[in-house]
Amino acid sequence: MTITEKILAAHADKTEVTPGEFIEAKVDLALGNDITAPIAIDAFEKLGPKEVFDRKRLVLVPDHYAPNKDIPSAEQCNILRKFARKQQLEYYFEVGRMGVEHALLPEQGLTLPGDLIIGADSHTCTYGALGAFSTGVGSTDLAAVMYSGHLWFKVPESLKFNCHGSLPKYSTGKDIILYIIGQIGVEGARYMAMEFAGEAISQLPIDDRLSICNMAIEAGGKNGIIAPDEKTEEYVAGQAKRPYKIYKSDPDAEYLKVFDYDMSTLKPMVACPHLPSNVKPADQLGDIAIDQVVIGSCTNGSITDLRLAAQVIKGRKVHPRLRLIVIPATQAIYKQALREGLLETFLDAEASISTPTCGPCLGGHMGILAEGERCLATTNRNFVGRMGHLKSEVYLCNPAVAAASAVAGHIVDPGGL
Amino acid sequence: MILRGNAHKYGDNINTDEIIPARFLNTIDPKILGQHCMTGLDEEFPNKVKAGDILVAGKNFGCGSSREHAPISILGAGVGAVIARSFARIFFRNCVNIGLPILECPEGVDKIKTGDKLELDVEAGIIKNLSSNESYKTTPLPAFMQKIIASGGLLNYVIAKQGNSIGHNEKGENLCLRRNSLSY
Repeated sequence: MTITEKILAAHADKTEVTPGEFIEAKVDLALGNDITAPIAIDAFEKLGPKEVFDRKRLVLVPDHYAPNKDIPSAEQCNILRKFARKQQLEYYFEVGRMGVEHALLPEQGLTLPGDLIIGADSHTCTYGALGAFSTGVGSTDLAAVMYSGHLWFKVPESLKFNCHGSLPKYSTGKDIILYIIGQIGVEGARYMAMEFAGEAISQLPIDDRLSICNMAIEAGGKNGIIAPDEKTEEYVAGQAKRPYKIYKSDPDAEYLKVFDYDMSTLKPMVACPHLPSNVKPADQLGDIAIDQVVIGSCTNGSITDLRLAAQVIKGRKVHPRLRLIVIPATQAIYKQALREGLLETFLDAEASISTPTCGPCLGGHMGILAEGERCLATTNRNFVGRMGHLKSEVYLCNPAVAAASAVAGHIVDPGGL
Repeated sequence: MILRGNAHKYGDNINTDEIIPARFLNTIDPKILGQHCMTGLDEEFPNKVKAGDILVAGKNFGCGSSREHAPISILGAGVGAVIARSFARIFFRNCVNIGLPILECPEGVDKIKTGDKLELDVEAGIIKNLSSNESYKTTPLPAFMQKIIASGGLLNYVIAKQGNSIGHNEKGENLCLRRNSLSY
């Protein structure tokens, strides 16, 4: 069996599962945010007075429109806050303690190897980087888990992506996933598990692995997953809130398809409007002028990402015709960046630094685009109107490309800055 | 369930940001969401759509974010059902859970044009195109999904499994299908 099949089987009290089979499985952790949880809470409360299935396993994070961007958003955050108090939830993260959910939960030791995790947010697939089965669902699914602690799943087929070789300088986990999405398309892994392996993956820090699994959904994937190794164990050892279990795919596990890629020559990639699969190497884009650069989000707001961006931008200035917005993904990352002098580097470069929030990634607040404006972002989606006006554009890239381009004023490969 | 309405046809990979742009996600009210349905793609859609109309789209409809506001906005706009070549995974779950009928029908998607009058037999999985006198068969839902639909949506299914009674309000409406929240 594959790692995905083993985790699903274990949570459904079965010795074996096969792709296509429907199972009902126990959920280890469930997540909601200020956009999706209000619908789930509304549904849950219509069912009458009841306690949630486990007050230590339901996590609520107001991160999308928090700090509250307007009165309706404030009301939505209040729904989470009141529910968290009433149900005495152990893990409700208030502004000042919160971060972008998919960066926050691993950091807090809440998402662990071998877990079965659901979240009412499509990027819940991020946690597969730690060897968990983790997938995004809707709000009614979340309500059902709040009620029963269980949910139904269709066991997915698995695709395996063997990433060979060592990545060149300035190429990152983000480039691996952009490249793969470019190869298989936005529905290339629809309903499927995407398992990433090979020396290019094992050499990567956990932050980069989280970026890779984060964007499995952009290929239509049900989950992204990477077998735990020493780096994973080292990462979770100090902070795990619960015991965990390591699963790995069997040598004879069956995959629908196995892909082999040489990553030793992978250049920094850019996804052009308006699909994450519209990928080209940064150095082949020509002269594309930009109005705004965003470095942050659940995909690329980690300390590893901020270090890389700061290294590129140190001693330089943001181009006069654009603005650079840096958003550390969590409070802990913010503090670490402060300690290391990274924030000072960004400020000296004349960048703006925001408190942790999803903010502009989904066109919420903190950097919305006007008609005709173009943004280069380390986020995960470049759909029409994603960051603002329907006639604005979003390009996606890694933090090194973002920082170098913020200096150049147009999209460049950091090697050529 | 028999549904009749006019077709509104769109392309492949319609994402949930197009179905309901994120700036409208600060409410869960189906009527307000309905006023902005599809405006990330076609700003005129809420003015064009009439109660009972059918949304028709290509492959991977509803890809992107998990926002249940997307199918809720479709219900809120008065759309009776969605026909697509294929659906993105989370969107598919959400539709089953809230009671928005969805039909996978590549043949129908190829042949239906905007403005065609359609008649859908959702249970039988048959689409009649009254404008062209054609009939198309849809891909049947897996038996497990049919069980959830027959239970009255996911929450009813879960409640019944725990041996509790099904959630209805004093008017006898099934509270667990968000479709019914439009009526009060």
